[in-house]
Amino acid sequence: MKARVHVMLKDGVLDPQGEAIRHALGALGFGSVEGVRQGKVIELDLKATEQAAAEAEVAQMCEKLLANTVIEKYTIEIA
Amino acid sequence: MKAAVITFPGSNCDRDLAVAFEQAGADVVKVWHKDSELPAGIDIVGVPGGFSYGDYLRCGAIASQSPIGKAVAEFAGKGGYVLGICNGFQVLTEMRLLPGALMRNGSLKFISKPVKLIVGETSSVYTSGYNAGSQVEIPIAHHDGNYQIDAEGLKRIEGDGRVAFRYADNPNGSVDDIAGVLSENGRVLGMMPHPERATEAGHGGTDGAAIFRALSGLTVTA
Repeated sequence: MKARVHVMLKDGVLDPQGEAIRHALGALGFGSVEGVRQGKVIELDLKATEQAAAEAEVAQMCEKLLANTVIEKYTIEIA
Repeated sequence: MKAAVITFPGSNCDRDLAVAFEQAGADVVKVWHKDSELPAGIDIVGVPGGFSYGDYLRCGAIASQSPIGKAVAEFAGKGGYVLGICNGFQVLTEMRLLPGALMRNGSLKFISKPVKLIVGETSSVYTSGYNAGSQVEIPIAHHDGNYQIDAEGLKRIEGDGRVAFRYADNPNGSVDDIAGVLSENGRVLGMMPHPERATEAGHGGTDGAAIFRALSGLTVTA
């Protein structure tokens, strides 16, 4: 099965890169953009066949490596 | 004093750090990232600057989980002294040996220049060679030195006297101008500025040498 992990900065953590994207969009005439947050998408190919087990394993991966939970949050999609 | 300096793929300040330790009278052992143990009898581990594992995923994240990374975490857990500079600081936060995290500089620019620091705590061995509140000049060279910690954590490290250095003129957006942080027991120091690049007159300044001189008396083996 495949897992897709979304890693984003936590709410309230300033995102200088997101701000830079917002400014660039504004310069292109997209002045209606009020905020931009950017993050990462990580796709994993898993041997697991059982959804709950796969999800639990990927959650461990996020806690240990894929996200820095001091500043980042993550969501997991299994397909 | 016997110091181990770690080399990860992408480290580029490991040799400078080793030289700074040697100038202070230390025996230095270079340790490769694939080693899973530190040599016996080490008094301090230096985690150098650079771009370990190409800064993939997050700066310091992969190094923190490497074989030697685990040995360094264990060494610190037993009360060992660990000095992390620049990328080394990022590695130590990723290991959770130090609180907080280092994010992209507020300006988004890589900044390489000498900066003025204000010495915070002088109770740690690292900062014992300075006067509290004095200004020193040490260079920085980083893209991700923007230190962030939540309000509760900030209160804790400030209350416990764990801010070793602050920027006199904040270059990167770090919360409360923090440039260097100590662990709870004062034996682990992470700092973004490079004291090993300020140890000889030829470097343009010698304000970093006091850290290594103070460490030279260190003989507490973890």
